[in-house]
Amino acid sequence: MMQFMLLFSRQGKLRLQKWYVPLSDKEKKKITRELVQTVLARKPKMCSFLEWRDLKVVYKRYASLYFCCAVENQDNELITLEIIHRYVELLDKYFGSVCELDIIFNFEKAYFILDEFLLGGEAQETSKKNVLKAIEQADLLQENVDFQTRLFAGVMVPGLASESSGLFQN
Amino acid sequence: MPAVSKGDGMRGLAVFISDIRNCKSKEAEIKRINKELANIRSKFKGDKALDGYSKKKYVCKLLFIFLLGHDIDFGHMEAVNLLSSNKYTEKQIGYLFISVLVNSNSDLIRLINNGIKNDLNSRNPTFMNLALHCIANVGSREMAEAFASDIPRILVAGDTMDSVKQSAALCLLRLNRTSPDLVPMGEWTARVVHLLNDQHLGVVTAATSLITTLAQKSPDDFKTSVALSVARLSRIVTSASIDLQDYTYYFVAAPWLSVKLLRLLQCYPPPEDASLRSRLTECLETILNKAQEPPKSKKVQHSNAKNAVLFEAISLIIHHDSEPTLLVRACNQLGQFLQHRETNLRYLALESMCMLASSEFSHEAVKTHMETVINALKTERDVSVRQRAVDLLYAMCDRSNAKQIVAEMLTYLENADYSIREEIVLKVAILAEKYAVDYTWYVDTILNLIRIAGDYVSEEVWYRVIQIVINRDDVQGYAAKTVFEALQAPACHENLVKVGGYILGEFGNLIAGDSRSSPLVQFNLLHSKFHLCSVPTRALLLSAYIKFINLFPEVKITIQDVLRSDSQLRNADVELQQRAVEYLRLSCIASTDILATVLEEMPPFPERESSILAKLKKKKGRGNLPVIDDTRRNVNGNVEHAEKTEAPNQVSTPSFTDLLNLNSAPGPGGNLLVDVFSDNAALSSTDVCEENFSRFVCKNNGVIFENQLLQIGLKSEYRQNLGRMYVFYGNKTSTQFLSFTSSLSVLDSFSPQLNMHVKTVDPVIEGGAQVQQILNMECVSDFTEAPVLKVQFRYGGMLQNLAVKLPVMLNKFFQPTEMTSQDFFQRWKQLGAPEQEVQKIFKAKLPMDTEVTKAKIIGFGVALLDRVDPNPENFVGAGVIHTKSIQVGCLLRLEPNAQAQMYRLTLRTSRESVSRRLCDLLSEQF
Repeated sequence: MMQFMLLFSRQGKLRLQKWYVPLSDKEKKKITRELVQTVLARKPKMCSFLEWRDLKVVYKRYASLYFCCAVENQDNELITLEIIHRYVELLDKYFGSVCELDIIFNFEKAYFILDEFLLGGEAQETSKKNVLKAIEQADLLQENVDFQTRLFAGVMVPGLASESSGLFQN
Repeated sequence: MPAVSKGDGMRGLAVFISDIRNCKSKEAEIKRINKELANIRSKFKGDKALDGYSKKKYVCKLLFIFLLGHDIDFGHMEAVNLLSSNKYTEKQIGYLFISVLVNSNSDLIRLINNGIKNDLNSRNPTFMNLALHCIANVGSREMAEAFASDIPRILVAGDTMDSVKQSAALCLLRLNRTSPDLVPMGEWTARVVHLLNDQHLGVVTAATSLITTLAQKSPDDFKTSVALSVARLSRIVTSASIDLQDYTYYFVAAPWLSVKLLRLLQCYPPPEDASLRSRLTECLETILNKAQEPPKSKKVQHSNAKNAVLFEAISLIIHHDSEPTLLVRACNQLGQFLQHRETNLRYLALESMCMLASSEFSHEAVKTHMETVINALKTERDVSVRQRAVDLLYAMCDRSNAKQIVAEMLTYLENADYSIREEIVLKVAILAEKYAVDYTWYVDTILNLIRIAGDYVSEEVWYRVIQIVINRDDVQGYAAKTVFEALQAPACHENLVKVGGYILGEFGNLIAGDSRSSPLVQFNLLHSKFHLCSVPTRALLLSAYIKFINLFPEVKITIQDVLRSDSQLRNADVELQQRAVEYLRLSCIASTDILATVLEEMPPFPERESSILAKLKKKKGRGNLPVIDDTRRNVNGNVEHAEKTEAPNQVSTPSFTDLLNLNSAPGPGGNLLVDVFSDNAALSSTDVCEENFSRFVCKNNGVIFENQLLQIGLKSEYRQNLGRMYVFYGNKTSTQFLSFTSSLSVLDSFSPQLNMHVKTVDPVIEGGAQVQQILNMECVSDFTEAPVLKVQFRYGGMLQNLAVKLPVMLNKFFQPTEMTSQDFFQRWKQLGAPEQEVQKIFKAKLPMDTEVTKAKIIGFGVALLDRVDPNPENFVGAGVIHTKSIQVGCLLRLEPNAQAQMYRLTLRTSRESVSRRLCDLLSEQF
């Protein structure tokens, strides 16, 4: 079971946090600080998994954002890596070439999408179509639908990726 | 400018976020936030009623502020109000706020639950999903109390939408994890298993997680899931990927579901049914075959998903540990990955192979990859991968390759990362001891360890080398010669001085014949290190000197001069001064005979568990996440200090037989080494003693544990669903126990059924003294597993670990009930359903004595009912089990058959689990 998922930037700013176990705010902050530091200190070609306390941490970087999940010892690392990827795909499909700014300004949407995909720390619905259907149904209940073309979809050097780089651009 | 997305833009929110982002400093940000908080507060307090949109916007702003890391102390009420909005997005924001911010704010929980209840009953699937997501996200006990009975109903109802079923399954999973006692099994369980057959793969995906968790807790109830999972898995694995449409991920068919199904199968042993077993084997073979096929895509997602399934299949193969061909194939596949260009795969292959190394079928196959693993140790650039390589080398080590592996680990140690040095030192020390044929090799290895990584060589390691040298006289001369040579180095580690001082003090005579290591040379060598050492090492050296006086009368004068010097006799350190004074005096007044007796060579140490191993186990078990599961919190909580029984005796007298506090405690079990790495290191490190457990079923007081050091006695009393146990720890030795701790550990599945509070005890138990510890308990619902008491203390420098199963059983919560014959048989008939009755026929293990039997039945806790059974030979009893949640009435009947020396025991209660447990407990008593 996944214990928590954190999204943070290269500068160490937390962009999204989802906790599947009850912890106090103080513990959450401590864990976040510790993990952000550990992950940011790792070099690019290192492996995506590390042992941390009695958990396994699985992380991957997309442009300027790090996606970092903590799973239990018997959990499967590779499938967790693909959970991250599927989530990025969902965000990308929903926002249309997603970038860090989308997640900052529409954090509530990022949470809604995550809840449709993962619940209680387990994959609930892995079909991209079905997750997006659920989200769009909700949007249809709203007024105008505003499609936005991305201004930033361009080639970015990974090291220089900024908040406006598409997560899939590197 | 902010990127406004589809859906409903909240302009005010976007502007606020932009403002925050434009703040140049932390102060400016705080100022802007405080301004916003004041604004929102005034809006919420204002006379004008806010419309839903504004409320939503402000609640969302508060949420954003909270997620930035600031505290939020208002707005909860407004968020709860949003739940009753009929606009979807307003409701959604209300729920989001509650999921993120409300953990168990008890004032609001009733209002929140009300909102949830309305949505669950709304029959609108999107609203139902929001409500279920909220329960799954918060997962508090209050929510479990309110909804645990509704959710199974929603889950198995025929008309529930698929998406709602998915949410309900995982919602139930979360509640089961946090409050299992509130999610009772029922008729829904059988129907849940059949969700594995559902047409909708999303439903199957969610349900599989739920079933896995439930099956881990009660495997028997979910046995049928094995056949269904194998069938489902087989359909996925053999399907042309097109069948599964959107559940195909980068050309891999339903990877998430496959992994979950393989995981579920790991809750069970290999299927007994031959056709089922061969179908499963076929699946596993297909998965292994696919690994050899050329990739269908170059994308890393394709290979990750495919290999995720492969690794899970290998885990299942290892779990079954029964098919040699599959195990060897798995090993070969992992061998290929060891040289893969993807770091991730190399890491995982090393990790999985560690498990394979412990299977007798694949141990040899793993060993063939030794060179590759050694190479990984040298060339991997990522420390976490190197760590895995060290683990694997440790796991694959046996007598045939120990020398090479130890040598490679020593080489690696020279440049190893600081973070893992201590662990490597322990592993090398263990392997060197375990596989030493020739103990000179062992001595060399440990001295090398000290030379290379002296700072990381803990006490336990160098104590151990001394124990072994003392116990094996074939290596003593060699050890003396080697330490003597090692001490010649201009700079040597203090740990080497300790080992050297001790060994030369004991066995320096064995090399004294050589003029290059004459007594005086030895003494001068040791003493040249003296001034560089810390106090404990100096104390040890002083003891070595007095031993020299005994061994070599010719250096007596020199040593006496040293002891007599001001720096010794007037040393500021009490311990050093006392040793110098006493040793000097001893050397002056004692005759040679007395000296020889007092300073005799150390007797061999009794064999016992290696202290290094204990240390490594402890290291492995460290660092749990703080209170992950809040239902477990009260097990060890409630810290109170018991009053000290005696002031600890601080005066230390140097004892000649115990120069190093090495004196031994014969522990339970004489095994020199138990390999902990071969099995799961998370398992408890000591065997749980349950020898006397069953003797306490019918009585409450007595001795539960006793060895040569410690006696543990119990006195307990129970009333209704409450109980108190006094645990007495008696120190049978004349030496203090230090760092004494005792705590309870319970199995996951069990803790919520029994609340236990344990008071801490004083960490010191004087020799011959007894201390008392009080345990309070409350039975919440019926339970099977008994808690385990873990006791740890230091005796003479050695860590002692033991675990004792505490006799807290369900029958302790009995209240006896008297009733007439008529009442009895009337109730007996009422409890006639097959699942309410449990019967056992068993052979008498003890002589059949009516009076003893009567006493046992009364001791069991029920009222013994006279003249109720028409047959006077039979015994009948009645009582009520009190738990916090329910009371369970129990009737029992015991029919002895003296001729056959058999008994028939029948239990009838309203709960099957209670009947079964009571029957199991009582039937062991006759």
